[in-house]
Amino acid sequence: MTAFLALVQTDLLLFLRNRRALLMSLAAPILIGAFFGSLFNQRETQVQQVPVAVVDLDRSALSARLLAALQTDPALKVSTPDAAAALDGVRRGALRAAVTVPAGFGAQAVAALLGQGDKPVLALAHDPSQAVVLPLLRGLLAQHAGQAVAQAAFAGAGGASPGAAPRRGPEFALPFTLQEATTTVDKRAGDGYDSYAHSFAGMGVQFVLLMAVDTGIALLLMRRSGLWQRLRAAPLSRLQLLGSRVASATVIGLGVFTVVFGVAIAVFGVRVHGSAAGLLAVMAATALCSATLGLMVAALGRSPEATRGLAILVTLLLVMLGGAWVPSFLFPPWLQTAAAWTPTHWAVQGMDAMTWRARPLAEALLPVGVLLGFAGLFGAVALWRFPWND
Amino acid sequence: MASSTPSPSPLLDASHLAKRYGTRQAVADVSLQVAPGMLLGLLGPNGAGKSTTLSMVAGLTPADSGSVCIAGHDQAADPASARRHIGLVTQELALVEGLSARRNLRLFGALHGLHGTALAQRADAVLAQVGLADRANDRPETFSGGMKRRLHIACALVHDPALLLLDEPTAGVDPQSRLAIFGMLEALRAAGKALVYTTHHMEEVERLADAVVIIDHGRVVAQGTLAELRQRVPGRQRLDIALAAPADAPLLAALRELPAVHQADARPEGLVVVLDGADAPGNAGLAAGAGAVLALLAGHGVPVQHLASQRATLEDVFIDLTGRQLRD
Repeated sequence: MTAFLALVQTDLLLFLRNRRALLMSLAAPILIGAFFGSLFNQRETQVQQVPVAVVDLDRSALSARLLAALQTDPALKVSTPDAAAALDGVRRGALRAAVTVPAGFGAQAVAALLGQGDKPVLALAHDPSQAVVLPLLRGLLAQHAGQAVAQAAFAGAGGASPGAAPRRGPEFALPFTLQEATTTVDKRAGDGYDSYAHSFAGMGVQFVLLMAVDTGIALLLMRRSGLWQRLRAAPLSRLQLLGSRVASATVIGLGVFTVVFGVAIAVFGVRVHGSAAGLLAVMAATALCSATLGLMVAALGRSPEATRGLAILVTLLLVMLGGAWVPSFLFPPWLQTAAAWTPTHWAVQGMDAMTWRARPLAEALLPVGVLLGFAGLFGAVALWRFPWND
Repeated sequence: MASSTPSPSPLLDASHLAKRYGTRQAVADVSLQVAPGMLLGLLGPNGAGKSTTLSMVAGLTPADSGSVCIAGHDQAADPASARRHIGLVTQELALVEGLSARRNLRLFGALHGLHGTALAQRADAVLAQVGLADRANDRPETFSGGMKRRLHIACALVHDPALLLLDEPTAGVDPQSRLAIFGMLEALRAAGKALVYTTHHMEEVERLADAVVIIDHGRVVAQGTLAELRQRVPGRQRLDIALAAPADAPLLAALRELPAVHQADARPEGLVVVLDGADAPGNAGLAAGAGAVLALLAGHGVPVQHLASQRATLEDVFIDLTGRQLRD
């Protein structure tokens, strides 16, 4: 029993003495728990506004009233671009939906309400990856459009004549038809949102990041061995020494992405509806960014043991913020803003854009640029802080 | 400070090296010169500053002061040129476990600019040189400790450096492999290579070194050829005596009172007595001194199991200079 207790005591002492590991053991579950708790917190009082566009082609008093009602609704963040810009915003994922109020909507809706004509069509184009907001939009449109039409019908604001004889009796159904459609960019885009494409992008990013972190940890381990001394004793510049690590990690990362998407395409029917070159560019930039992150881990870490936990925690947070696990529109507004400052967000967005969003090569440039910017930042920090002299 | 047999054009010229870590002066004013075809032993106890000195010579640790010049190239001003001439054998094994012996050699050759057929031929030649040609395609994790050490040294030789820096190269090696390594180093010296060899095993230095620098607490306490260093303890002979029971303090005190005894210590391997004036013609001094010691032991009732005598060693020199043993 003495030996047993001595072994247990030793393990506990070692665990408690490694303060960084201890901190990570406590901090990781707290941080991740707090993250998910905040996402699904029922007590959250701050309304997460859904960004929608309203295209008013009617230009009637009724449509103006409808627009005003939507704009003042706390659940919505309404913009009023033209029709093309609205659809483009939805396709890019910047807007959840675009509502088009057709010309003559006001008059037709009032007439329909009074049983004097057919119902007009209110077009709702939505982001297929954000179907969860559809019930909300349906309800709000029914509420605000119904109120506007009723107000116009009984105040004479519509185009129809309240005094005209109804073709049929008054009814309490909505005086318009909601025509829902997903945004598809071109004819190749099939059914639009592809959860597999998004999921494989997110998991690819996650595991390439974890692989890069492992590369950084391996470099920390190597620094403890004679191998690092021997490499440093060779006639190589620091850029060659560290750059070769980045290059190999980038190639491996790109290989991982290629295999992941290859399986996604071959087995799960994922299609690159956008630019294949753009997808390759985003994958390469993500792999490079991950590799430099791994190098930064090696530069800032003191010991492999202490660094591993912290690096994995940072990686998981980056992946979560990037929207790989949970759709980022579920985040609180401040977190959505913060997510835009993470490389993972741009990696996942870029891959989504090139696959199911069917965006052209030009739209890969911004994610690629941001990812290269992060890579430059991480690489510069790594070069600056790398402990060359043991 | 310079070795006492400097070449007119030393391959390695390290002058007045110093390094401080916090408040601890790891190396202070150490200078080394090594000519082609010369093996310099850097001898000292653990923590004496040998590895730090070697690290500064290799350019891995920046010196606080002093300079290192290798084959005419200043290590600080032109490190790439200087490093092309260095083969570094670190104390820790530096092998890529996942690669075969041959791939390891090709990797380190490529790091020094070798490529193509020249690299392949050189790798195979070095494998033969260290006796591992038949294991060329095996991975180091399947090797014995001694084989790993030989491959480790081979990796430092593959680019045919003019200067080989060896930091405790026989650590953890079995006697057979140690002899093989000694033979390899002697062949390299014969081929005109310059070698710096750090160790705390004085017998290795005594066998291999042309010149010795003894370092302690970061400072050079003595340097010269073996003969020159032994002259610091002239006429001394060392008696290694195995006793039936360990020598106690009164016995040691009595031994030290004898006129012929310079020093008497109880060590793990037995009683060591250093005699003064033992170089008299006909070994008369040795005979007289040894006789006095044996008589005293007999008088104390301590049976002697074995007795051997030898000339003063480097360890005796070290003890004479520092007052303590080399392995302290």
